[in-house]
Amino acid sequence: MFELSADGKEFVKKELARYETIESAIIPSLYQVQKENGGWVSEDAIAHLSDLMGIPEARINEVFHFYTMFNKKPVGKYHVQVCCNVACAMAGTREMTDMFLDEHKVKEGEMTEDGRFTFTRVECLGACDKAPMMQVNEDYYEDLTPESARNLLRDLK
Amino acid sequence: MEVKILTEHYDDDNFRTLEGYKAKGGYVELEKAFKMKPEDIIAEVKASGLRGRGGAGFPTGVKWGFLPNNGETRYLLCNADEGEPCTFKDRMMMERAPHQLIEGMIISAFAISSPKSYIYIRGEYVYAAKVVEKAIKEAYDAGLLGKNIMGSGFDHDMDIYLGAGAYICGEETGMISSLEGKKGQPKLKPPFPAVQGYLKKPTIVNNVETLAAVKYIIRDGAEAYKKHGTEKSAGTKLFSVAGDVNKPGNYEVPLGYPLMDLINNECGGMKGGELKAAIPGGTSAPIITAEEIQKATLDYECLAEMGTMLGSGSIVIMNDKRCMVDMLKVISHFYHHESCGQCTPCREGTGWLHKLVGSVVEGTAQETDIDLLCEVANKMKGRTICALSDAAALPVLGIVPKFRDEFQFFIREGYSKVKGQAHA
Repeated sequence: MFELSADGKEFVKKELARYETIESAIIPSLYQVQKENGGWVSEDAIAHLSDLMGIPEARINEVFHFYTMFNKKPVGKYHVQVCCNVACAMAGTREMTDMFLDEHKVKEGEMTEDGRFTFTRVECLGACDKAPMMQVNEDYYEDLTPESARNLLRDLK
Repeated sequence: MEVKILTEHYDDDNFRTLEGYKAKGGYVELEKAFKMKPEDIIAEVKASGLRGRGGAGFPTGVKWGFLPNNGETRYLLCNADEGEPCTFKDRMMMERAPHQLIEGMIISAFAISSPKSYIYIRGEYVYAAKVVEKAIKEAYDAGLLGKNIMGSGFDHDMDIYLGAGAYICGEETGMISSLEGKKGQPKLKPPFPAVQGYLKKPTIVNNVETLAAVKYIIRDGAEAYKKHGTEKSAGTKLFSVAGDVNKPGNYEVPLGYPLMDLINNECGGMKGGELKAAIPGGTSAPIITAEEIQKATLDYECLAEMGTMLGSGSIVIMNDKRCMVDMLKVISHFYHHESCGQCTPCREGTGWLHKLVGSVVEGTAQETDIDLLCEVANKMKGRTICALSDAAALPVLGIVPKFRDEFQFFIREGYSKVKGQAHA
């Protein structure tokens, strides 16, 4: 059973008091769960949050399923989100994603065998002047080439 | 030529700190605003002709004027959910000049008598959110937020709220739903947020750039602000330029600036081929051809006359190596992915459009499907709670008629007319 750390529980408690309605704390609390649960939110974590927050599971699930940044299944240590919207697609990110999937022998959205990577095509991340770009966990990597992107992934510790 | 009002000090790394910001005249206008009557600030903003910089271009002062005088708590929400594809100006503004936004917001909040504001930042902008959050803390520590700001007797609290990945939350009522801890689904209007918004209280939602501009209207006055731009499009605006130009980036130019000048002067000219087309206001804006671009000026009225829009001020430039079937495939995928699913014409229509464009590329389409694309798009317009459905339909209605030959060729020959290969 998933349970937030003491600090995590304290965080949720503060968020519940931070906004005008307690429901506003759902998004920040889901982020906290995701952070502590290796990058995704499990069903039992929703039940845990429900108990902790005093908000019905269905209500939390509604939010959880609506927003794309909450991962519904386990992801690799590095979640590589490649922008494939207009400017980045023009700069070759679709081919780059195919290259990643091919080289790491994995399907989009699945985890590599060693648990290091999950690759996902995502929509515009707002760094189009630096296309092609991708986001690895929270960080943006811009002005990529297939070569620099490959090296970058290799060098991630 | 660029006219740097908002972006004058953006190259100064120190500008993002309170100290650096104050060294360049930061919070001087807040002090000035506190000596004004709130209604005079609203009048000044109205007189400046400032229009919403997020996409809709609605006059800001007029929006503020919709607030009812019923004694209810008023909220100010800053829309920093910059999601319109190829727009990246608000991110830069928050990362380089968080205090500029905060000052603009406190002035605006004072004008509309709001005790509380939120900056709703899209979830992906983690870094921008950190910068803004730090700046808010600095402002609190310096007595620029909280109780009795600068001895004015005005109290104001400000906080950020991080979204979690949903384009629809950039729509103001969708954003309000999201902030309330719900799915980010838009609500029927009326009532407009100014009457019934966040928690059903009167709420003003303005874009980052709009709120930051308020500071300079107070600094220079409405008349000086209006000297830039055209009669109906006052002031300067940031344009995010991406695609086939040598120097993509954000550029602040007066509204009414010729698009060709922006391409040739600021953006260093075309890259990789001749000019073919441009999407002038985010991917929701109908495309314009090279011929139209020659006459296009960057203001609300010129682009509206051309059947497109200024939108968020993001411009994608395309050269003659770009296949329009492929471009539409990318664009229609986006709207299908982002439809919130609430209204049938949008939920079903975005999927249908994406499938139809896909069938052209996959070789399963018939020539009649070209007209079907337009028919579906036409039936999606003006039939839903929010404008996402229209935003999905408009690119189709721009690209398909203007580049019909490329669609015909792809269907007849099974490969791209432009690229000469099956995969566009």
